[in-house]
Amino acid sequence: MPDDENAMTFACQLPVSPASKVIRLGHGSGGTMTSNLISEVFLPIVGNSLLCELDDAAIVKVDQSDIAVTTDAYVVSPIFFPGGDIGSLAVHGTVNDLTMRGAKPLFLTATFILEEGLPIEQLSTIMRSFNSACIKAKVSLIAADTKVVNKGAADQIFITTCGIGTVIRHPAPSARRARAGDRILLSGDIGRHGIAIMSCREGLELETQIVSDSQPLDEIVARMLEVSDGIHCLRDITRGGLASVLNELAVSAHVGVRINEDAIPVHSEVRAVCELLGLDPLYVACEGRFVAIVSSEAADALLAVMTKQPGAEGARVIGEVVADHPDRVVLQTRVGGKRIVDKLSGEQLPRIC
Amino acid sequence: MCLAVPGQVEDIFERDGLHMATVNFGGVRKSVCISYTPDAVIRDYVLVHVGFAISVIDEEEARRTLAALDLTDELNELRTEAPIE
Amino acid sequence: MKYVDEFRSPERARLLSRQIAQTVTKPWKIMEVCGGQTHTILQYGLESLLPDQIELLHGPGCPVCVTPLELIDKAVAIARIPGVIMCSFGDMLRVPGSDGDLLGAKADGADVRTVYSPLDALTVARKHQDRQVVFFAVGFETTAPANAMAVYHAKKLGLTNFFLLCSHVTVPPVMAAVLRAPDNQVDGFLGPGHVCSIMGWHEYQELSLQFKVPIVISGFEPIDLLEGILRCVHQLEEGSSYVENQYARAVCSEGNKHAQTILLDVFQVSERKWRGLGNIPGSGYRLSEAYREFDAEVHFPVATIVTRESPNCISGEILRGVKKPFQCTAFGTSCTPEHPLGATMVSSEGTCATYYKFRK
Repeated sequence: MPDDENAMTFACQLPVSPASKVIRLGHGSGGTMTSNLISEVFLPIVGNSLLCELDDAAIVKVDQSDIAVTTDAYVVSPIFFPGGDIGSLAVHGTVNDLTMRGAKPLFLTATFILEEGLPIEQLSTIMRSFNSACIKAKVSLIAADTKVVNKGAADQIFITTCGIGTVIRHPAPSARRARAGDRILLSGDIGRHGIAIMSCREGLELETQIVSDSQPLDEIVARMLEVSDGIHCLRDITRGGLASVLNELAVSAHVGVRINEDAIPVHSEVRAVCELLGLDPLYVACEGRFVAIVSSEAADALLAVMTKQPGAEGARVIGEVVADHPDRVVLQTRVGGKRIVDKLSGEQLPRIC
Repeated sequence: MCLAVPGQVEDIFERDGLHMATVNFGGVRKSVCISYTPDAVIRDYVLVHVGFAISVIDEEEARRTLAALDLTDELNELRTEAPIE
Repeated sequence: MKYVDEFRSPERARLLSRQIAQTVTKPWKIMEVCGGQTHTILQYGLESLLPDQIELLHGPGCPVCVTPLELIDKAVAIARIPGVIMCSFGDMLRVPGSDGDLLGAKADGADVRTVYSPLDALTVARKHQDRQVVFFAVGFETTAPANAMAVYHAKKLGLTNFFLLCSHVTVPPVMAAVLRAPDNQVDGFLGPGHVCSIMGWHEYQELSLQFKVPIVISGFEPIDLLEGILRCVHQLEEGSSYVENQYARAVCSEGNKHAQTILLDVFQVSERKWRGLGNIPGSGYRLSEAYREFDAEVHFPVATIVTRESPNCISGEILRGVKKPFQCTAFGTSCTPEHPLGATMVSSEGTCATYYKFRK
């Protein structure tokens, strides 16, 4: 034992039996507790031949194609919410980022940051959910890492991911390809994820049937890419809602965006919660919705394809790209007025006024 | 200060000495204090601000407001359709 | 949603827009008092449905705009006291004080929580008997009864760890202050519908008579406001000045007697400082003697906090509708939404913030 007290670590050095019900700091020490956790919890659920080799990196062969790579972090709270959990969310989000560049998602890597005290049963549930989402999206988890932090240093579990896919459409969809005259398609009603999360918030006590819209979008987009070359840009809607995505697109492409309030579908219960809290649905988070900027000639055909896909039945044309008011998003309101839809400055907060 | 939303009373109960109701706002239900609208009954619509019902909606007045507007609209249409003399 | 959708009908909006255009013959300046009404006007782009002769002035009816800087500083100071849980409506969390805002205090470790209702703050106090729970009670007469009930109930329950940091303001005195100013330009008002649900409209009859202005008590949906504007324009065109109640489905002349009873038991009328407008006598509420034990300003050591507003800020004149943002030397330079100097830039619906957004 080193006699320099500075050499002391706060990692738990006592062996913990395999029957331990919660994550301990020792599980992150890299010693036998770590290897036991991996072999007893992670591998039985997500193990495959590549992962079981437990190398620092996995070598995979792909075709002579461009490889799309993305990375994400997932820190949602609560970690279990109506319609999903942080595990499925992490997979869907990563898959969707690859999909939005016209890539076929193939592989994921993930790191799991675990807070001391997290029940292992909850971790197992999240890993099962993660795994199911991978199977559904036909992606493989090929490398993973896990760390444990002191209680209070993380909110139960954080997940970071890297996603890899091959680009199947050239040129790849990009904001810079948007041009005046393009139509803007929205894949379905907005705001479900944000409201589902909010309905769990302590103290709010809202009784609603709304569940998160978290879902993979790769199938929908693959069908769309099959029928048309006219997809200029795809963006999935996440934090900040539809308004944030449209503002980002307008600025990236240096175009104006004009949308119609009547055309934007919002579930009646999402609307009701927004009314109660004074929130604008345009800024409420989604996790399984996207916007497609397409040539006007291709719009009808693409819409027809979308509405036949599970998860995009509610797809609509919501507006168009214009040369006027570049960098700005203008909304034609339900009653016929016009207003600018601004970027969100900070988190949208409930209001009383 | 101003944000108040109408919802329908579905259930009335007491909680910790406060007069409460379950109010349905377009499918979303929330418990609301009705100490300030003690005459509200089930199926009434109440206007709710920060968790308190501040007024029972006068449904007849609501109908009257809308009817007056729609009548004006009909009169306008009749005027525009009337033959020019 | 019933009693919402019907009042957002595009056909009725078109009709009212047409009628307003057909009625107006002269330029008129109409002020909507309530921040919630301002929100609807901006949200639905109602100004683009009005003829050019109508100018809407956004009045001082928004707690975000008019809560004095000093009170924000007190809220932040109290939030930073160890053991305190500061509960607030969302509106106030990002209002910058001299030393940051409540969300900044939270990032530094203060326990700051958003609540939907003052009763939620009471629940927090009952759940955490070992902590001191402070509710930042802002609002006009609409919110005062709810805040009053929280204190009333706290007293009944015998709670000793619940406090109110009170920033209540009332509408009629500030309307009178606007009208009394020698440079007043307001021709007519859309009165505050939800405030009148509580208080009735007697005070507005006095104002209308004294200052000879039409006041149309209006609701908050687009149809309510357009109808309110139409009725106001009718009065202005015919030279009348009286109180009308457009919001009859929610407002009666007496108001809500039950709410008034508790309100005037828990609170008493007092002088209040309005950001940008200064002290207005009888324009606010403070906790009455019987409930003074719940007053956060008495309980916590914040009495010495005195704050000065920026001398460059002309928000008082903006709030009263006598100047436009571009007439302010600080507008868009030292005063922006990210670094607001005063009331009308602080709120995203304040006149200066709106002008900044639209770059008028």
